[in-house]
Amino acid sequence: MNGGPAVPAVENAIDTRGLRKSFGGRPAVRDLSLTVRRGEIFGFLGPNGAGKSTSIKMLLGLVAPSGGEAFVLGAPIGDVETRRQIGFLPEDFRFYDWLTAIELLELHGRLAGLAAGRVRRRAREVLELVGMAAHARRRLRGFSKGMLQRLGLAQALIHEPTLIFLDEPTSGLDPIGRRMVRDVIRAQRDRGATVFLNSHLLSEIEVTCDRVAFIKDGAIVASQELTAAGGSETRLVSVRARKMPDAIVSQLAGWTPHATVDGEELRFEAVSEAVVPAVVRHLVDVGAEVFHVSAEPTSLEETFVRIVGEDRGL
Amino acid sequence: MNGVWLMAGITLREAARRRLLWTALGAAAILLAVFAVALHFQMLEFEGRPMSPFVRYQVESGMLMIGLYTCDLLAVVMTILTSIDTIAGEISSGTIHAIATKPLARWELLAGKFLGFAGMVVAYVAITFAGTIAVGYALTGALPEHPVRGFLLVTFECLLVLAVTFYLGTRFTTLTAGVAALGLQAVAFMGGWLEQVSGFSQSQQIVTLGVATSVLMPSESIWRRAAFEMQTPLAGSLSFSPFANVSIPSGAALLYAGAFTICVFSAAVYRFGRRDL
Repeated sequence: MNGGPAVPAVENAIDTRGLRKSFGGRPAVRDLSLTVRRGEIFGFLGPNGAGKSTSIKMLLGLVAPSGGEAFVLGAPIGDVETRRQIGFLPEDFRFYDWLTAIELLELHGRLAGLAAGRVRRRAREVLELVGMAAHARRRLRGFSKGMLQRLGLAQALIHEPTLIFLDEPTSGLDPIGRRMVRDVIRAQRDRGATVFLNSHLLSEIEVTCDRVAFIKDGAIVASQELTAAGGSETRLVSVRARKMPDAIVSQLAGWTPHATVDGEELRFEAVSEAVVPAVVRHLVDVGAEVFHVSAEPTSLEETFVRIVGEDRGL
Repeated sequence: MNGVWLMAGITLREAARRRLLWTALGAAAILLAVFAVALHFQMLEFEGRPMSPFVRYQVESGMLMIGLYTCDLLAVVMTILTSIDTIAGEISSGTIHAIATKPLARWELLAGKFLGFAGMVVAYVAITFAGTIAVGYALTGALPEHPVRGFLLVTFECLLVLAVTFYLGTRFTTLTAGVAALGLQAVAFMGGWLEQVSGFSQSQQIVTLGVATSVLMPSESIWRRAAFEMQTPLAGSLSFSPFANVSIPSGAALLYAGAFTICVFSAAVYRFGRRDL
C-alpha cells in the first residue's frame, strides 16, 4: 500500500504518494499513500477526525494538497476532463430544493457532459435504479433525508462514471435503502467501475468491499483484502498450551503483528493460514505442550478497533 | 463554455424562484405607486399656480429623478441580497461539492453564476426604470434626457456591485460578506453625497474625501454620471437639487469603474480557483 509508483500504473484507478494537507499549520492528512485498483470496491476506514473527508476532497480536487502527489484515472488530481469519468456522492447530499428530482438529475447529467437526449433517458434510468421513479416530478423541498440520499446516489451515477466516490452512502437510509445501495455498488463493479467507499458502517463495508485501508491521525496505517464471503483473511488464533517460555510473545514477532498470553492461552493474529502450523511447530520446538488450537476469522470491527485504538471522542 | 451557460441558466432560474427577487419587485411596485400619487398631487398643485412651462418642466424632471434614484438604490440592494449567498452559502452548506466535481473549471462555475445574476439585474433595472419613466411620462409628460444611457449606467453600477459581492463571497461567510458589501456601498454612498455637499461648502478636503471613496468603491459615482445623463441641463445646474451637476464623473472615471469591475471579478475568479471547498 505504501510507496506507490511515481508514475501512475494504468491498471490503478487511484495512486497517491505522501499526499498531505495542513490547515493553518495544523496537519489534517500527514501521509496518504494508497493504491486503488481499477474495478474494485475499496473501503476507506478511520475514526472521526482521522482525515477521511479531507483525503476524499483532495482526490476530487476540492481541496488543494499541501504536498505529495496523486493520480486519479491516470491524470493528476484536479484535472477537469478526467471528472467526466468520476461520480461523487457527498456526505449529507443537498442541492437546490426548488428543483424537482428529474430537473436535478438532468442538470447534473448536462454538467457531467451528457447530451440533452441521452440525459433524459439516463435520468429516468437512475431514478428507477434508486427507487425514486414515483417522485420524479416532486420538488426536493419535501424530500426526507433518505430520499435526498437516494437522489444524491442517482446524480453520482447518471453519466456512468468509471470511478465513483461514495461518502457515507447509506446515511439516513433504512435497511431496505441500505440493501439497495449495496446492490447498486455491486452492479457498478460488475460493469467495471471502481468504487471508493467511505462509511462508518463496518458491516456494510465488510459485505461490500474487496479491500479496505485504515487511516488514523492523517496517515494510512494498514490495509487488507476482504474475502469473497465477507470479512477479513486474517485469522484470530487461540492456542492452549503448557510450559510456554516467558519470551514467547517476542519470539512470535516474525509471524504475527499482535500476540498476547493469558495463563495457558496464547492468542495471536495470523495474516494467512500458513502462519498457524509454523507457530505451532515453534511452540513444540521450544518445549511447550500444545493441546488445543482454534482459528477464527477476525471481523472488520475487531480489526478496526485494534488498529484505531480507543475512542478519543472526536 | 457549455458549463458557463448551464450555470447561468440554473442561476437565473434560482434567482427567479427566490422570494427576495419578487419582494424587491413588490417593493418597487409600491414605491412606483407612491411616486405616482405624489406626482398626481404635484400636478394638482401646479394647476392652481401660475408657472412658466419651462420651469415647471424642470421641476417635473427633478421629481422623475427622485423616482429613478429610488430604482437605483433598490437595484443595488437587491443585487447584493440576492447574490450574497450564492458562493459563500453554497460553500458552507456543501451544495457546491456536487457541482465543483463536475467537468467544468471553477472559473466557468463562477462566470456562469455571474452571468445568471447579471441577467436578473438587467431585467430588474429594465422593469423598474421603464415603469418609473412610464408613470412620469403619463402624469407629467416629462422624459429623462437620455434614458438608455441612464439604464445602461445603472446596470453597469449593479454589475460592479455584483462583482464586489462575488469577490467577498469567495473570501468570507455569507453574513460577513453581506455586511462588508453593504458597508462598502454605504461608504460609496456617503462619498458621493459628500461631493454633492462640497458644491455648497467649497471644501477641497471634502472633494478629496469623496474622490477617495469613489476610488475605493466607484458604484455611486456611476449613479452620479447616470443622473447627469438623465436630467435636463437646467435641472442639473440647480445647486439646491440633490442631483445637481456639482461633480460629474468623467469618462476616465467610468473607465476606472470598468477596470475596477474587471479586476474585482478577476480577483474573485483567482481566489475561488485556489480556495479549498
